[in-house]
Amino acid sequence: MTRVPAPGHRAATVAFDHVTKRYAGTGVGRPGAVEDLSLEVPAGKICVLVGPSGCGKTTSLKMVNRLIEPTSGRILIDGVDAATRELTALRRSIGYVIQGVGLFPHQTVGENVGTVPRLLRWPADDRRARTEELLTLVGLDPATYRDRYPAELSGGERQRVGVARALAADPPVMLMDEPFGAVDPIVRERLQNEFLRLQADLAKTILFVTHDIDEAIKMGDLVAVMEAGGRLAQFGTPEQILANPASEFVARFVGVDRGLKRLALARVERLPLRPAPTAHLGDDAADARRRLTGDPFGYLLLVDAANRPIGWIGPRSLPESGGLAPEAATPMSPLLDLRTTLKDALAMLIDAVVQVGIVVDPRGGVLGIVTAEEITAFARRGPDGAAGEDPTRVAPP
Amino acid sequence: MIRWDVIRGNLPLIGAKLGEHLALTLVAVGVGLLLSFVAVLVIRSRPRLAGPFTGFFGFLYTIPSLALLAFLVPFTRLSFLTSEIALVSYTLLILVRNLLAGLEAVPLDALEAADAMGYSRLRRLWQVELPLALPLIVAGIRIATVTTIGLVMVTAMVGFGGLGQVMLRGYNFRNDTLVLVGFVLTVALALAADLGLGWLGRVVTPWSRARAG
Repeated sequence: MTRVPAPGHRAATVAFDHVTKRYAGTGVGRPGAVEDLSLEVPAGKICVLVGPSGCGKTTSLKMVNRLIEPTSGRILIDGVDAATRELTALRRSIGYVIQGVGLFPHQTVGENVGTVPRLLRWPADDRRARTEELLTLVGLDPATYRDRYPAELSGGERQRVGVARALAADPPVMLMDEPFGAVDPIVRERLQNEFLRLQADLAKTILFVTHDIDEAIKMGDLVAVMEAGGRLAQFGTPEQILANPASEFVARFVGVDRGLKRLALARVERLPLRPAPTAHLGDDAADARRRLTGDPFGYLLLVDAANRPIGWIGPRSLPESGGLAPEAATPMSPLLDLRTTLKDALAMLIDAVVQVGIVVDPRGGVLGIVTAEEITAFARRGPDGAAGEDPTRVAPP
Repeated sequence: MIRWDVIRGNLPLIGAKLGEHLALTLVAVGVGLLLSFVAVLVIRSRPRLAGPFTGFFGFLYTIPSLALLAFLVPFTRLSFLTSEIALVSYTLLILVRNLLAGLEAVPLDALEAADAMGYSRLRRLWQVELPLALPLIVAGIRIATVTTIGLVMVTAMVGFGGLGQVMLRGYNFRNDTLVLVGFVLTVALALAADLGLGWLGRVVTPWSRARAG
């Protein structure tokens, strides 16, 4: 009857429409309560709910699959009010991953992954095929892992099985509550990266709860910052939240290093590159000297015939006459490419002798240069340079 | 000392009483398990009844077996039913306690995951909670069974006592061999049940022995 859905890219929009959850006998502000939450997550995006404990982020998540029923307001999945759906059918169409993973200890990995397909009465062959496909997808060899029990797995492996189980019936929506909270930082980082790679293909609509602002910024296309009392403090892209915190609370929550965090999000391609003052091997030294006098920057970048950088030439290292040789060029600068994050770029520049980064294309040819000042200026600027232009910014020469 | 001719002569009796002993035990544990399960379902839907229920079963457990039998005979006479009422009463406390403990030991995140994946209440109980409660449930059945095998001896007083009657007959006829046969077979039965159920408990919960590494 029910067949395995074609490996599609099904995703649904999830919209909170004035959703409030109050607990009996308590007023506004009880831990876990949610107050008038409205936000919309477009199909295929990861929305991270982040905030201190008790801010209602987990409650909000659990109202989507009605593990908790809202006191008022509606949650619309592709425009359909979740409250009107049959409970088990609704839940079978939503993937769910929790911190403790919640694998069934008495079932093998294969049985765990096949849970929702079994509830949906898929034929046994389809279930088996889907289980193998998913285990492979999350990086676990089916032949090795299918017949193991959860107790025989490491924390990271369990977490992967949890993700595979949530994806089993190809749900358009996934709910993830601190899914990587129970593993050590190194494994967490790896799982986060793997999951982002998966999501690039799957394009599910994902609601993701964490208390860790760094994880929120890393994982979220959109971030909803919630504060005590279950109020939405700010909703926007990580960039918007870091660049323009809506309130004192958000600014404090994202931390004093929000400028640095912005730099971790943006890449060199976001900066306007300045053309490098280049000189070629064999160019006339006298000519080069003429170019240097009167140039406040005071250095030329020596490149080879393929436009690859060799090093900087200053007035002192310039030979009296003749052609420019590689020996004249010292020292080198950090090489950046367009995909280098600004945070990494800044880190390299701080450690370098010459605090000018040379941006090169994939073949190593010079595209332009970037200074540390330009990067820090970006950190202070608003999103897309729109707001918050810093008057103290020193214009590069 | 042991008179083999007595054993040979009484083989049909010994066989029949061994069968009766087994039947009394199985029926008592089976009915006890059924009643306990119903009681646990009621307690789960009305948690306030947990106290009164276990209190009552605890009270039954404290009544001396001979006294209970003596009390029942005027109502149910010297019958199989009288034996079973007594035997079942003594299993209830053990079984209800272990059922409840087993269900409480089910990890909460497994329950939440089951709900979130769209298990119905009944299905969750049947496919998640009971399987995960099995180690403690089987442990309860094991204790109840061994206890019942011993108690069956006492019900010989009302005429249905399995191997107890073999011993009783030995006493009445000053026949040491029959006393010994009744004693040895009862102990053997209890040991076999204990080992057998211990083995069964491991077989039905292969996951509980799985460990990382």
